[in-house]
Parts: sequence; structure tokens; C-alpha cells
Amino acid sequence: MNDQRPDPDALLEKVQRAEAQRRRGRLKIFFGASAGVGKTFGMLLAAHERRAEGLDVVAGYVETHKRAETEQLLEGLEILPPRLVDYRNTTLREFDLDAALKRHPALILVDELAHTNAPGSRHPKRWQDVEELLDAGIDVYTAINVQHIESLNDVISQITGIPVWETVPDAVLEGANEIELIDLPPDELLQRLQEGKVYLPQQAERAAQNFFRKGNLIALRELALRRTADRVDAQMRDYREDNAIKDVWQVKERLLVCIGPGGSAENLVRAAYRLAQSLKAEWIVVYVETAKLQKLSKEQRDAVLRTLKLAEELGAETVTLGGYQLADEVIAYARTRNASRIVLGKPTYSGWKRWLHGSLVDTIVRQANEIDIHVVGKESDFLAQAKENPYFSRSRLYLGLATEEQRPLFKWRAEYLWAIVATAISTAVAWAMFDHVDLANLIMVYLLGVVVVAARYGRGPSVLSSILSVVLFDVLFVPPRFSFAVSDTQYLITFAVMLLVALVISSMTASTRHQARIAGHRERRIASLYALSRELAATRGEENILRIAVKHVAEVFEAQAVVLLPDETGRISHPNGEGTAQSCHGSDLSVAQWVYDHGQMAGQGTDTLPGGEMVYLPLLAPSGMRGVLVLLPLNPARLALPEQQRLLETFTSQIALALERVKLAGEAHNAQLKIETEQLRNALLSAISHDLRTPLAAIVGASSSLARDGDRLDIAARRELSQAIYDEATRMSGLANNLLDMARLQAGAVVLNRQWQPLEEVVGGALAGLSARMDKHPVSARLPSDLPLVEIDSLLIERVFANLLENAVKYTPPGTAIEISAATEESELVVTVSDRGHGIPPGEEERIFEKFHRVASEGNQGGAGLGLTICRAIVEAHGGRIWADNLPSGGAAFHFALPLSEPPMIEQEES
Amino acid sequence: MSNAATIILVEDEAQIRRFLRTTLAAEGYHIFEAETGKQGLLETATRKPDLIILDLGLPDMDGVEVVKGVRAWSAVPVIILSARSQESDKVAALDAGADDYLVKPFGAGELLARIRVALRHVSSAAGGEEEGVFAVDELKVDMTHRRVTVSGAEVHLTPIEYRLLTVLVKHAGKVLTHQLLLKEVWGPNYVERAHYLRIYMGTLRHKLEKDPARPRFLLTEVGVGYRLTVTCASIQDDF
Repeated sequence: MNDQRPDPDALLEKVQRAEAQRRRGRLKIFFGASAGVGKTFGMLLAAHERRAEGLDVVAGYVETHKRAETEQLLEGLEILPPRLVDYRNTTLREFDLDAALKRHPALILVDELAHTNAPGSRHPKRWQDVEELLDAGIDVYTAINVQHIESLNDVISQITGIPVWETVPDAVLEGANEIELIDLPPDELLQRLQEGKVYLPQQAERAAQNFFRKGNLIALRELALRRTADRVDAQMRDYREDNAIKDVWQVKERLLVCIGPGGSAENLVRAAYRLAQSLKAEWIVVYVETAKLQKLSKEQRDAVLRTLKLAEELGAETVTLGGYQLADEVIAYARTRNASRIVLGKPTYSGWKRWLHGSLVDTIVRQANEIDIHVVGKESDFLAQAKENPYFSRSRLYLGLATEEQRPLFKWRAEYLWAIVATAISTAVAWAMFDHVDLANLIMVYLLGVVVVAARYGRGPSVLSSILSVVLFDVLFVPPRFSFAVSDTQYLITFAVMLLVALVISSMTASTRHQARIAGHRERRIASLYALSRELAATRGEENILRIAVKHVAEVFEAQAVVLLPDETGRISHPNGEGTAQSCHGSDLSVAQWVYDHGQMAGQGTDTLPGGEMVYLPLLAPSGMRGVLVLLPLNPARLALPEQQRLLETFTSQIALALERVKLAGEAHNAQLKIETEQLRNALLSAISHDLRTPLAAIVGASSSLARDGDRLDIAARRELSQAIYDEATRMSGLANNLLDMARLQAGAVVLNRQWQPLEEVVGGALAGLSARMDKHPVSARLPSDLPLVEIDSLLIERVFANLLENAVKYTPPGTAIEISAATEESELVVTVSDRGHGIPPGEEERIFEKFHRVASEGNQGGAGLGLTICRAIVEAHGGRIWADNLPSGGAAFHFALPLSEPPMIEQEES
Repeated sequence: MSNAATIILVEDEAQIRRFLRTTLAAEGYHIFEAETGKQGLLETATRKPDLIILDLGLPDMDGVEVVKGVRAWSAVPVIILSARSQESDKVAALDAGADDYLVKPFGAGELLARIRVALRHVSSAAGGEEEGVFAVDELKVDMTHRRVTVSGAEVHLTPIEYRLLTVLVKHAGKVLTHQLLLKEVWGPNYVERAHYLRIYMGTLRHKLEKDPARPRFLLTEVGVGYRLTVTCASIQDDF
């Protein structure tokens, strides 16, 4: 493909990015190799320039470290008062995010991007505060040293020997609009240090002394310069892409990083991140939870979770797979995801151990022919030691992961006891059989015991049982009996093979058990998801979806839950309904609002307000935010498990989709209504144009001849014309009435004025109104005298009778009878109006009730085809139904049923 | 035939006024026209009319208010003209003291019949004939002797039925709202119990009418009330 035009998708993405940038504030980072190079100074200088240009500049948080020249620069700038936080008897000065958002300057200075906020702040890290400022459209100037960059963190620790705990994700740096490198040659920096111009914290003096060695400074400077150069390079590449200097299209690489429980996993993730960056590739971090890995200690599992979290922060997609064979799982997954490279850590085993166990690297290299394999080296030892630092124990506590492997001690003992008991039973059986069978068969008895133990109690007890079995077999049965000695050296082979077989069996059985358990977990997750989606799919209406969602989330995640929905203006409000027993009220609406606006999680275990008890999850559907799911987990640690998080994500997207579906269904319904309204209007127009014009033509004609030639016409002719005018006008009046009725019923403007009525009176009213037009049709009303009162709107039901009777007159030849009858049937009063005409054409029984529908044979009968539609609307408004059929004896019958209820009491009068 | 009666016509639509003026003048009535409610009240006060024809949909004030204004000082019969969408206004105007109503569009014959009934009622009330005998076709109500006969055969009525019939006879030809009938027959506490009225009207019809589903004397004004006809053929839909 030699086309020099840029890929439209890439261009679109660029435009979208540019648009998002316009709305967001601009971030400028003053970037330095180490403390003391003059970042704050440079930042303040730039701020003064902006201020001189007339920009609204506020110093949000500036750390001068009491340096005189820096403090001087602060003068003349508006300084935002710090937020004072009491923490362990000291008062910490913190950047006041809310005040800054409220003040909303054009540009704000926030120093020390890598700073960790005091506990209880909205975000744990200052860079998150900055992100929120940017989101609010405020430009930010900030400063950071190279050692605080997440991906360089380990490299720098290795160079300087000092671990750095405060880090900023690389994405923040990459998202910056401008990076200004503040560079100072190491010699000058050391000189400044000696002159006391660089602030050194007392407690870190020794470390700092180490840190400010010339060799370190040179290395740091190189890293900072290179990092900046990388960025310039990337900008150059972007520029070239923008200007179509080369093809934008390129093959997307995808890396698959396989991590294990070892300490080097974090190192591996960072290395993979750098690789992914340089390749501009997507990357996926995979952790395969095999049976063996299931049995890791809580600390080790924590470490894995932490690594996965780190990978996510660095922009990777993380996946936890379950499986028996690590290598198979990894390769299979790499193939399904089209990964072009697999990144692995260096094998931890070496020499004979590696040969015996086989190495993951070797297996994958052998099996994944088409995929490139990268093997990353181990990290240095001091970092591994540093991991034992209190920070990590804190963070472990924070993640607080409890696994199922954490069994109480007594149970362990019980299991091993059972292993001993089982072996003893094997021995007893073997003892009983000893005289009758060969020694080889006794071995089988012992193996059976080992299998049973392995199947029931897992690997440890089964190993114990294996060893015990061999020993007991030797002592009790192998000659010379009751001694460890063996007469025949052949038995040594027997022992060895027996032990090996027992161990292999126990290992395999135990693995199968674990496998089954993992499968069980997975099945439960899938089952719960299936149950949710099935119920959601079967339901209608927002209320029901919320109820189902809350119920399922509460059950599966052992949490109280509530779904908060926005109102029309996008403000999150508390639900009005009762909710279920599991609903949690009292969730913080402002937090929920933040989550809704930003589309990000907040609350416990997240980056925003991690101190809270609740978790707030955005319900994000394809076309936008639908609401916020709030959880109050009973066991927060469980939610921290990656598979649980993934499940929760799937749950939220299912719920969001269901909510969206409801909304879309509503919109589709409205669209349908609109179409129907349109059709109705067209039909109405044609009805009016035909049915109003015809009588009008007659009226205009007749009246004009009366007005012009009235004198010359004889009495009979004049009477004839007048009668024609009267007839046509009456017809138009009837049509106008029907249109009016229809419009009122359609608009829902009709409120039933229900009163207890005898049907007879309504029939009488309708007949009286039509008497002049019904003189050619004998009408009989057969109403039983014991008909109960019905609660109806007499005016409207009279319209029903009037329309049915008019139809009967219209469609039957003069002289034929019309009959009105009524009867009570169960809880209904069924009224029938029947005629002796031609009946309803077959197949039209239902369609005649449709709006503007007219029976085809109808000639110039007039009417807009509204009568029966009005009847149906009225009867249905009364909770009844209307239908039509043909009488066996010929003629049509229209029936309508009105629901009956208990009429009111009436005081009887003695007569 | 010369009717010297004076009629005030309160109607804002010129075409309707034109039709009424022509029709009524041909019958010999004196017509005074008013376009607004206020003007109508003014005319009523100055012309001392025998009848008022009042349109409910006036530009300046509610027709019901006009009825109340007239009734404050005059018992002159008022006939209301209403459109179909003004059901509740119509009943309110009748409750406020209007005597009769016509729904637009209406024929000239119907209007003239109503006018005749209204004017006759005034004269009969003035002549003090209400203790006499009321008769339409085969129905005869002898108020002095409390006797009701259909084709000469005496009909036995319960006290309430009789009271209901006498109220209707007293206002024969005039439409009586449910509320008014309930108040007159059962008393003010029963105003909300329209089903009492309907049930008794039903039994009364079964006793007096040949075909109760198609009554000839006790007519139903759907949604409004009842009317006792004065001449069976006169109030017909005819022009």
C-alpha cells in the first residue's frame, strides 16, 4: 500500500484527541534530573511571564524550601491558602483541590507532582489532583524529578541504591502538553549543594548524601535528557504523521507479558512497559493461576495482585487465566489475542532443576513458533530486599487480601492426622491379606490409600501418606520383617518406584482437585453473570432493572448496593423507591456525581477517595453514562481480587446496557408514535378534505342558488334546497363532533366522569338524540329490568351508542330492524347492537375499529371512519372491550362489555 | 301572530346573531343585541326583557357569571347557547339559574320551541296555575287531588316518586339539573347521590312510559339532568 494519504481513522483519532485537549486544561511539566536544579524557580519565572501577559495566575502549592531567591519570586503572585490536615499530632500543609476548583484560575502552579497526599484526601496522589484540575479546564504548571517516573523507578533505584516510593505514572508525563527540561550540570549542582542552596531533609540526610554523588547525578541527568529526547522524538514523529510525510498506517504490535508470583514480576512489567512504549504496542499482562500457584501464601498472592495493579496503572490490560499447564495457557491466549510477542522473565531455576522441572521459557520457545519471545533479566537483590520495607507491608494491609488457602492450623493437623489414619487402614488391610497374596498386591493397597488421601486432603497429606506407606511396607512386610533392613536389594527399586508412583499420583490427584475448584469458581462466576443477564433480558422497565441489578450485585459480591440515576439535567439523585433489603442509602451523592461526570471509579480501593467505605462504579453504556452503582462491600478484600473486579466490571456493563436498552426502547417507541401520528395526520387530512368538502359543496351550491334565484323558485324547490342544506350541515356537524371526540380522547384530555347509571337511561338519551335520523329503522331495546347499575361516564357511553346506531342506520337498507340488548355475564355487562344488514365483510371484524378505516363497499355514506375507533377508545377507557361479529341469521352485531362492580347502597323507601 | 315579547341576545359571533335576528324577528319578537357579557347585563337592566338568550363563550366574561349577575336581581328566563366542549359550563350555568340550554348547532324550530316554553312558564307562574292539572297526551297529573293517570288508569306512586314528578311538573318543559332535583326531592344532603335520582327516575318511567328505553314524557338530558316534555311533538329535532 503506497498511498501517501493518512489513514482516516488515525486522523479522526487525532482530531478527537485535539478536541479533548481543547476542553482540558494544558499541562506543563518542569522536569529535572534531581532536586536543586531549579525547577520551582523556573516554574515561578514562567508564571510571572504569563501573569505579565495578563493571565489569571494562582500559586496553588509551591514548595520554596525556604530558598530566598525562590521565595522572592513568589511575591506578587496570588497564593492559594493550603489545606491544613492534622495527622499524627502534626499539621500537614496540603494543596487545597476544592478551593482551587472553586477559584478556577486560568493557570495554577502545583509543585511536586509526585507528592503523596495526607490520608483522607480525595486522591491519594497529587498527580490525580492535577488531573482533576486539567479536567476542569484549568492550565497547570508543575514540577517533577526524573526518579519519580514510574517506569524509570527501578532503574534509578538500581543506579542510586535508594528506593523511591513516590512515583507518577508515565501516562501523566506523556499527557503533558509541554515538558521543559531544567538542566544543571552536576558540578554546578554539587556546588550549589555545598553552598547550602539545596534543601536536604534532616531525616533523609544520609540517603541524600549518597544520592548526590557525582556518578549518580550524571546518570540521572542522562536519564532526564534521554527521556526528554524521547519525547521530542515522539513529537517529531507525530508531526511527521500529521504532515503525511510517511504512511500513518502501521501494523499494531501486541505484547503478551507473562508474570509469575516471583519478586521479579514488577521488574518484568516495567521492562515490558518500556518495550511496549518503544514499539507503540498494546500490551497484555497475563497471570496464569495454576493449581500450584493456588497454594501460594497470602503474601505472594498479594504481590501478584500488586503487580497486576501496577501493570494496569502503566496502561496494560490484565488478565488472570486458570489452567493446568502454564505454557499451554499462555500460548493459547497469545494466539487468541493475536499477540506478536511474548515477554517472559528469566527462568528462576538453573542447572539440573531446570532440566528436571522444565522451564516455562523453554516450553514456550519450543511451542510458540510464530511468536517472538523476549526474556527479561532478573532484578538486583537490593530491590527484592527493599520490598520488605514497611511501605509494602502497609500496602499489603491495604489490599488486605484473604485467600481461601488461609486455612486454620488445626485443620492442617487434622488433615495430616487423617493421612496417617488412612495409611494405618491400608496397613491393616495389607496385614489381613498378607498371608494370601503376593507382596506386589500389597503395594496396590497402599497406593489406593495414597490416592484416597490425595483426593480428599490434597498434596501435603498425600506426600506424608506416600512416605509412610513406603516405610510401613518395608518394615512390616518386606523380609526381614519388622526391620528397616531389606534382604533383597531389588526391594530398593520397589521402594523407589512405589514412592515415585505415590508422589506422582498424589500430585496429579491434588492438581485435579485444584483444577476442579478453579473450574468451580469460574463456573460460579459465569453462572452468576448468566443469571443476571438472563433476568435483565427478561425484564422491562427501569424500576425492575434496578431491582434485579441490586439483588444480583448484593448476592454475588456480598455487598449492599444501590443504583443511582441521573435526572434530566444530569444530576445524580437518590432513588425514590423503597429498594430492596440490600439497598444502601446514605451514599455520598457528590462522590456519585463525580463518578458520573468523570466516568471513573471512586471510593474504596480506587484512586479517588480510597478512604471511603463504599465503592462507586460508573455505569457506562456505549452511548454514554447511565448512572452510578454504589457498593458497600461486607468483605472489601474480596472485591480487590482481579477476577472479582473483572466480574464486577462485566456486571456494571450489563446493567448499563440494560438501562440503555430501556431508554432506547422508549425512544424507539416515541419514534413509532411519531410515525403513527404522522400517518394519522395524513389520514385526517384526507378525511377532512373528502368528508368536509362534499357536504360543503352541497351547502354552497344549494344556498347560492337560494340566495340568487330564491324569488324565481317555487315553494317546493326552495324547501328542497333548504332541506339539502340542513341535511348536509347536520352531517358535517356529526363529523366535526367525531373529530373533536377523537382529538380529546387521543390527547388523553378526557377524564371519565363516572357515575352510577342505569343503562336504560343512556340508551334512551342516545335514541332521543338520533330520533330524527332513525325514523326509517325500527329500533327495539330489550333491556332486562333487573340490569344492575354501571359506573360509567354517561356522555361518553352515549357516544358509543350513538355511533353504533348511526353505523347501523348507515349500513343497512331502510326498513330493517335494529336491536339493542344487554345481559350480565359473570363480572361484565355485555351490550349488543345488532342489525339486519349485510354484515361485516369477513376478515374486517378487527380492522373496522382502526382509525379512518372504512369498509370498502361503503359508497358515499360519509363519515371519516372514526366512529368505531371512538367507541373502542371510550369502552377501553372504561376498562371494557368491544368487538364485532356477524349474526348467524345475517346482519352485524357489535358488542361491548363493561366491567361490573358493587353498586352503592340505596336506602329503600317503604311504599 | 304577534309576540310582543322582548328578547336580549348576548352573542359575540356576528353570523349567529344574524341568523337569530332574522329568525326571531320573523316570529315577531323584539330583539336587542349585545356582543359582550357586560353589555348584555346593561341591556338587561335597561330593556326589561322577557327572555335572554346567552352564549356561554363570551370574550369578556364567563357566561356563568352573567347568569349569576342577572339572577341577582331578576327572574327573567335565560336560555343558554353552548358548544359541545362546554359540558361542565352548561351545567354550572343551569345550576346558577339558567332555565334551558341549546347545543350549537341547533335548528330554528328547536330554539323557537324552547323560547315558547320559557315564556309560557313565566306566564303560568305569574297566573298561579301550578295547583291545576298537568296533561300531556295520555299522561295526566292532578296536583290538587294527587292523582296520576296514564290513559285514564290510575298509577300508584311512592311518595318520593310523586315528589319527583311534581317538581318536574312544576318546571315542565324546562331542563332540571341533577343537583336541583336532588335538592328539591331529597334535600341538600343528597346532592352528591345522583344514583338515587337515576333509580327513581327509572321506576317512574317504568310506571308512566310505554317504552322506558325510549321515554316520551320524562326525557333525559345526558350529562345535565331531566326534562318533562310539555308537548310531545314540539321539541323535536326539526327546523
